[in-house]
Amino acid sequence: MRVLGFLLLAAATPAAAQTALPPAELANRQLSDPRREAQARALMEEIRCLVCAGQSIADSDADMAGDMRALVRERIAAGESPGKVRDWLIARYGDAVSYDPPWSWRSAPLWIAPLIVLAFGLWLARGLFRRRR
Amino acid sequence: MRRWALWLPLAFFAVVLAVVGYGLVRPPDEPLRSHLVGQRLPAFSLPAALPGRPTVTGAATGEPRLINIFASWCVPCIAEAPQLLQLEAAGARIDAIAIRDTPADIARFLDRHGDPFAAIGRDDASKVQLALGSAGVPETFVVDGNGVIRHQHLGNITEEDVPVLLAELEKAR
Amino acid sequence: MIAEAGLAALWLAAALCALQLALVAIGMKEGRGDLIAAVRPVAMVQGLLAAASFLILIWLFVRSDMSVELVVANSHSAKPLMYRIAGAWGNHEGSMLMWVTVLAIAGACIAAFERQLTSAMHAATMGAQAFIGLGFYAFLLFASNPFARLSPPAPEGLGLNPLLQDPGLAFHPPTLYIGYVGLSIAFSFAVGALVTGEVGPKFARAMRPWVLIAWIFLTIGITAGSYWAYYELGWGGWWFWDPVENASLMPWLAATALLHSVSVLATRDGLRAWTLMLAVVAFSMSMVGTFLVRSGILTSVHAFAVDPTRGTFILVLLALYIGGALALYGSRVAHVRSGAPFDPVSREGALVANNLLLSVILAIVLIGTLYPLIADGLFSEQLSVGPPYFNATAGPIALLLVAIMAAGPLLRWRSDRLGALGARLRFAVIAGATMALALVILGAEAGVMPFIGLVLAAGVAVASLAPLWGRNLKRTPLFTWGMVIAHLGIAVSLAGMSANAAFTKETLAAARFGDVLEVGPFRVKFMGVRPVAGPNWSALEAELRAVRGGAPMRLLPQARFFASPPTNTNEAAIRTLWDGQLYAVMGARDDDRWQIRLWWKPFVTLIWLGGALIALGGLLSLVGRWRRERAAALRESWL
Repeated sequence: MRVLGFLLLAAATPAAAQTALPPAELANRQLSDPRREAQARALMEEIRCLVCAGQSIADSDADMAGDMRALVRERIAAGESPGKVRDWLIARYGDAVSYDPPWSWRSAPLWIAPLIVLAFGLWLARGLFRRRR
Repeated sequence: MRRWALWLPLAFFAVVLAVVGYGLVRPPDEPLRSHLVGQRLPAFSLPAALPGRPTVTGAATGEPRLINIFASWCVPCIAEAPQLLQLEAAGARIDAIAIRDTPADIARFLDRHGDPFAAIGRDDASKVQLALGSAGVPETFVVDGNGVIRHQHLGNITEEDVPVLLAELEKAR
Repeated sequence: MIAEAGLAALWLAAALCALQLALVAIGMKEGRGDLIAAVRPVAMVQGLLAAASFLILIWLFVRSDMSVELVVANSHSAKPLMYRIAGAWGNHEGSMLMWVTVLAIAGACIAAFERQLTSAMHAATMGAQAFIGLGFYAFLLFASNPFARLSPPAPEGLGLNPLLQDPGLAFHPPTLYIGYVGLSIAFSFAVGALVTGEVGPKFARAMRPWVLIAWIFLTIGITAGSYWAYYELGWGGWWFWDPVENASLMPWLAATALLHSVSVLATRDGLRAWTLMLAVVAFSMSMVGTFLVRSGILTSVHAFAVDPTRGTFILVLLALYIGGALALYGSRVAHVRSGAPFDPVSREGALVANNLLLSVILAIVLIGTLYPLIADGLFSEQLSVGPPYFNATAGPIALLLVAIMAAGPLLRWRSDRLGALGARLRFAVIAGATMALALVILGAEAGVMPFIGLVLAAGVAVASLAPLWGRNLKRTPLFTWGMVIAHLGIAVSLAGMSANAAFTKETLAAARFGDVLEVGPFRVKFMGVRPVAGPNWSALEAELRAVRGGAPMRLLPQARFFASPPTNTNEAAIRTLWDGQLYAVMGARDDDRWQIRLWWKPFVTLIWLGGALIALGGLLSLVGRWRRERAAALRESWL
């Protein structure tokens, strides 16, 4: 429970507080062009659902996630590039709306850390072999 | 391995401990704030939510106003309804955007909880909400006469928030 | 009175734990063998008392005793028996009691079964185990009492989250907890070794089975957790890099590295300091992970209430235990260092690479999980770190690790030649090349990572079997079989992940009765919707008929409604075929149409089949080692 409880809670929607309106057409419908749908799908997996911390809009039952999926699909169907749609969302919600932290001086340590750790590990291991030769 | 390297794990753990310790004392995560505060409202126009009532647009109105994002299915919206009436009584102009809602439900909600709104638009697919950078319902924006967003209030408006919002409106004048 | 008995048992267990620590401390300081000898029975009784206390809590839940606060808050008398039982650990206090119980039983097991260690080393280990236990007893008794009464009793309980009412999820936490807390034994061993300075093959052989047991449970827990997320969440995803999942992955990564370094220590007396480090890190990750999830600092919507006192309490315990062990390491490990020399190209070399890469992945997961907090603290900036980050950083390293895993078991200890390794790997290379060729010829648009994953999986599957090549299979030791099967499991799992990423087909539709949808090779007809009722829920059930040649298959996804607490859930309908799974979910109604989500996921089952193979490999290895140790002990007693 501990391990998945969080995810599951996000998936179980409280029965109250639900709209009577059906979801937007493109919330749960694919684009007819498979290439564009694939682009939209990839982007949706990177965009954080705003009302359900811990899930992307690609796999959330929340109404707002549905509306965001519809927005992504509509814009990509209209010929916008996924990068532009992502920028549009970041302009409104900040970097936190993307699960792929955009490169900035604030996210730089995150992206550089793996390289540092790897380099440090190699340095340790190299010492191990050389000394023992 | 040099001697100092033996203490690295402890140093690294101290950093981790500091981070989680900070996590414990910091205020809980709030929803994402709109990055449009300080910028002009995006252009939008919505269908009127109720027949015979004006709708809300993104155009400059010449006077400061509140834009309240609400829905009849939203429980905290009921909690903030008295405060909205209070704001209206204090002279604030309040426009509303109803999210994913039906005219019948909106009318019933306003009947039951009061109707402080000068104009109400219907945002069926949250398009305008997303264009405003709003992350949930309810939220309230303070917009000045030139159509520039000056302040964003997250969540329902409590008693204590009323003077804050009135002051923000005054500042936007 | 039953609740009070549970509380009394818990207090007694805590007192015995304190006694155990005192016996060790005084006994070791003054060289009193009689005090040390008393440690074993004390630890065993402590384990029994903790278990009794936990059983009493379960009993209270089974009886739906509404005079106990915890039962009222987390149970409901209308719930099926299984979920009333599971309700006992589906909350903060109960799960902490389970944690402490597993810890006490682990201590009792070392007391009862561990005969290989010297008596000083055994005593030091028991002392460390008691020291850990004491803190968690204190936490339970002073900050999280599960037996608190409610006066007057409530007429009815509030219920348990419906999504947790799933047979799999009900028994998922105990499995993981045995894994998490089982690692405390390795931790105590390492502390004992640092105190006494006794590190060597004998120590490694004594520690290995305990690590293996914990690791097997962790593997099962993570594999099963992933499958339940896959079918319960209803979007076909099987791993989300969510902080809660990462919390379970980190101890597993450390334990996996530990298993491999322990084998170097046992066989070649190398990597002494490393092994101790990993033993400390593995349990530390269990504690940090549990704390992160429990304190709610990363997962604000989590069910467990965030209580700053509790958070601070656990934080202090973490600082004390992990900080203490690492400080001990820094000051003492210089005395235990040095081992047998080896070349970079050797079995040891490959195992060092394994340790290095697993540690790097662990660091990435830890840093990525904590970074949103760091960014918030240092830059007041909200950031989200999710799958794109982890896949881009940990993904390539994991692929490299799998490639090295193919070579490792084929290398000789101490020193080997690369040319000879190439010859031993030739069939694996052929298998990988064949897969690459097949993918290109079939024109599969797999994407870079899944392509590499599939090629690697084919090669590694063959390579993992290579250690059996030319051997008499009946006389091959069981633990060699264990290693082969666990490594094969990695290849199988990788194949499943890659195939799922590369070939999944998705169809989302709003369908009317009688509509025919297509997904991958299937034609799926929407027959209709009917109401159904369960023990404590009602549901709408869609009937779908799927055809791919042959006879049609019926799929019955449900949209369920639970009354207490009022909640909607989706029950996916999953049909497993030899070459993948057909996955159907029923969504909301939209006038006369219904939202239907369909996925065809080729070979996705291999992900969990691989996980099961990995755990099975661990089990074979455990039994094999145990048999060999016993045979060796018998020989010694004959001589």
